Amino acid sequence: MTVALVAVAFSFLYYEAAKAEYGDVVINEFSDDAGMRPVVFPHWFHRIRFRCKVCHGDLGFKFEAGGNEINMLKIIDGEYCGACHNGNVAWSIENCDLCHSGIPNTPTQVHHSTTQKLVAPLRSGTADSAASGEGTNGEQQP
Amino acid sequence: MNAINMRSLAVLLVAGGMAVLAMLFLASLAEAQSNPNAFNRLMKPAAERNAPPPSDGIHDPDSSGTHVLQTPRESFDALPDSNSGNYVDWNAAVDAGEIAPRNSIGDTPVTPIVLDLNIVREVKGSMPDVVYPHKQHTQWLDCSNCHPAIFIPQKGANQISMASILLGEKCGVCHGKVAFPVSECRRCHSRPKEQTAAN
Repeated sequence: MTVALVAVAFSFLYYEAAKAEYGDVVINEFSDDAGMRPVVFPHWFHRIRFRCKVCHGDLGFKFEAGGNEINMLKIIDGEYCGACHNGNVAWSIENCDLCHSGIPNTPTQVHHSTTQKLVAPLRSGTADSAASGEGTNGEQQP
Repeated sequence: MNAINMRSLAVLLVAGGMAVLAMLFLASLAEAQSNPNAFNRLMKPAAERNAPPPSDGIHDPDSSGTHVLQTPRESFDALPDSNSGNYVDWNAAVDAGEIAPRNSIGDTPVTPIVLDLNIVREVKGSMPDVVYPHKQHTQWLDCSNCHPAIFIPQKGANQISMASILLGEKCGVCHGKVAFPVSECRRCHSRPKEQTAAN
């Protein structure tokens, strides 16, 4: 009982502030609507194994969170994530939960990006934050 | 009989002690959060960096997949440190051979085409001039990643300001999102202005 209470209390504390890794990208363009958890893409894990240009050049990923309109059909046809996550280079797409692991309703964002780290958030409607798909609504309030 | 009683008493004592300790720990955490004069009120403390996915505030701890993912801290342990971002010096890690990121999808080694060319940008104001090294950038990127969409490959053709970088344009397309953040001023502003210019 005590253990359960402690666990519950801890989970609340952890929800208080996101501590995810620099460069983690949450992609939630279609996931919530489809009843799936949003995708969390860990840049750090991938850059240990591949240089930037493999994804951002050879595979055509734009430098923009949420700007690639990735969907599962493209992935199973071998585009975007599917170029590697096909059971040959990296684990295959049956492992839904390994990518779709974000907290539901977390908006698309680059975690710890400069605009997120501003202690006073940018005013909503700032041209760039809207244009880059990296709105201030994903920020952790101090 | 006696032995059993003693054992159950000991178990009770240990369990009780643990519960009290846990409560004290929680209370201190809660106090730290509610204390208006706490240190680092608006900053993430160092101990919380590179957190494991189930407790990082972005991954859903209720998903079984989350608990399979690697903890950055564990991966970064052996890599050279830096002051910000992932707290890893990625270029030093590549130069030292600590990591060997592939330059193509397959495992056939493809050597990147590295261009060793520094571009000096003289900046307004008192900050040291910027030295842009193509070398480190071409170790990770192709020419076409930046040219011509982000930077026109022609001297004097690119207007760059810190404001635009902070908002994610120009250098800020990567720096401040995945490459080292803009708080590392002197890694770019690295060439002192000539003394005559100051007078």
